[in-house]
Amino acid sequence: MKRGIRLKTLNSNTKAKKRKATKGDWELTLMAVPTTIWYILFCFMPMFGLIIAFKDYKIQPGKGFIYNVIHSEWAGFKNFEFLIKSNDLYVILRNTIVYNLIFIVMGSALAVILAIMMNMLHSRKRSKVYQTLMFFPYFMSWVVAAYFLDAFLNYDNGLINNMMRDVGKTANQWYMNKNVWPFILVIMYLWKSTGYNMVIYLSSISGIDQTLYEAAVIDGAGKWQQTRYITLPSLKNVIIMMFILNVGKIFYSDFGLFYQLSQGAKGSIFNSVATIDTYVFNALKSATPIGMTSAASFFQSVACCITILVANAIVKKIDNESSII
Amino acid sequence: MRKRAVKDMDMADSSTLNRISPAINISFNVLFILFALICIIPVVFVFIISISSEQSIKLNGYRFWPQEFSLESYLFLWKEGKMIIRALGVSAAVTVAGTAMGVILTTLMGYVLSIRKFKFNSFFTMVVFIPMIFNGGMISSYVINTQFLHLKNTLWALILPLCVSSFHVIICKTFFKLNIPESIVESAQIDGASHFTIFARIAFPLSKPIVATIALFLSFAYWNDWFQSSLYITDTKLFSIQSLLDHIQRNMEMMAKNPSLGVTLQQYMNNMPKEGARMAMAIIIIVPIACTYPFFQRYFISGLTVGAVKG
Repeated sequence: MKRGIRLKTLNSNTKAKKRKATKGDWELTLMAVPTTIWYILFCFMPMFGLIIAFKDYKIQPGKGFIYNVIHSEWAGFKNFEFLIKSNDLYVILRNTIVYNLIFIVMGSALAVILAIMMNMLHSRKRSKVYQTLMFFPYFMSWVVAAYFLDAFLNYDNGLINNMMRDVGKTANQWYMNKNVWPFILVIMYLWKSTGYNMVIYLSSISGIDQTLYEAAVIDGAGKWQQTRYITLPSLKNVIIMMFILNVGKIFYSDFGLFYQLSQGAKGSIFNSVATIDTYVFNALKSATPIGMTSAASFFQSVACCITILVANAIVKKIDNESSII
Repeated sequence: MRKRAVKDMDMADSSTLNRISPAINISFNVLFILFALICIIPVVFVFIISISSEQSIKLNGYRFWPQEFSLESYLFLWKEGKMIIRALGVSAAVTVAGTAMGVILTTLMGYVLSIRKFKFNSFFTMVVFIPMIFNGGMISSYVINTQFLHLKNTLWALILPLCVSSFHVIICKTFFKLNIPESIVESAQIDGASHFTIFARIAFPLSKPIVATIALFLSFAYWNDWFQSSLYITDTKLFSIQSLLDHIQRNMEMMAKNPSLGVTLQQYMNNMPKEGARMAMAIIIIVPIACTYPFFQRYFISGLTVGAVKG
């Protein structure tokens, strides 16, 4: 039955391709024009702009972008050579990928565990209150989160240093101590995202067929066995999808997390907190020639495109419905 | 174990039976109370700092229980209010304008893509789809926006780049496909309605839930945005409240513009409640969000689950 309907729509689709454009088609095209213009200006023009990674791009005063591109000389791969030779490339690549992996694994593990526990609470009302409170950090911008962190880590006034002084220890320059930053970043990431992810998993737990649990109870399964043999297998697909889709974005870092919390992602903690995005942003704000920075940006775009396509191909293998392409 | 479970079945129905023991329930509750506290304690702490007197901060640093409470930070912000009110105005204007534009552009495109018989459907689908897998990145967007579109130091730089997202367009398309049957569109066409009329009179009014969801996504994104501002805005008059907060993290002095009579600017700066006022600014940003999000929470969740359905 379902297949029959599909075939029918397929037929009407192929018919639609061959026929002449009707009045309705032109109306629809007209309606799509504003959004399409937006897409051209803010998505497709920047794709064309990637060309400057291969140019010795110079800005001439008073001239527009197109003029500058045409009149800049081709640089071949010189910008990339510069990027590869600098020591920073290794650091920013390592940080971007490793942090993302940690975030993905710890983030989903914690969210799944909490969602399962939340679902077992006796009182629905309480569970709603907890969810609302834990959802809160998701709505804070990283600028505000940086203030929260500063209240604890500030050298002069921060709570942690106060307490250390109270017990007679010397205060620590947290914002210059590169060893603690991996922990701070992971904790802050979990702080902001766990509530939100938990709610998502919770909504898929509530979609599990209750009769499965009833049957399990009759068979004498305890809570742990129910979780192990019903809840987790039911969540498996969602977890794998989220995992793979996040891996697809592994070359992107959450800019605010790394930049705002560390108050600039440079100086003595550069090695612990710099990612591709903070590196590019800082280079953009400095006097570095834009061509060289754009090489890093170009690399990120291409690498990301590849990982998204690969991740999606894997998703398609596992569950065709969940793929984005 | 099994025997007991079967015996209990006679007395209680399975839903009350299949519960964790009270002891575990309590320990889970304790754990969740702990997590919930971790999530909101920073705000409480920042609020306490904002109502601590500057003197006690200087003496003891930030404390959960300061020696002396005071409203001087808020009074200072009130006196120096011009800049904050301006920044709040910029944020509000950008949020309202951006959300309105975004909703219109998104629903229009969503409607167009939802019509299966549309001749150029596959072309416009590609327009929406390609940016999801490939984009120009920060540098080339920056170069285009500043040198080609000349958006630097205009409010458009804060509004335009965030206003459409392919994710939203696809959610919208899916919603129209599932909720507006083609037969309705066709019968309206037979009655002589154009697609504009169908969109404005039928599709848009029927899509309130999805419009609400997208509007919320957008308005929180605009209200919380500081990144566009840090790239494109150098004129302090165009600072949004978030970027003002971002700047005073490094330089509180920019807030001090109104020395009272008989005081030099230097003295005035030395006396201003720097620490408290910083935190008070953060609280001013948080309050509108904290007051509204519990009511909108479910739209966020429903939006994400709608997005998961492929249309």
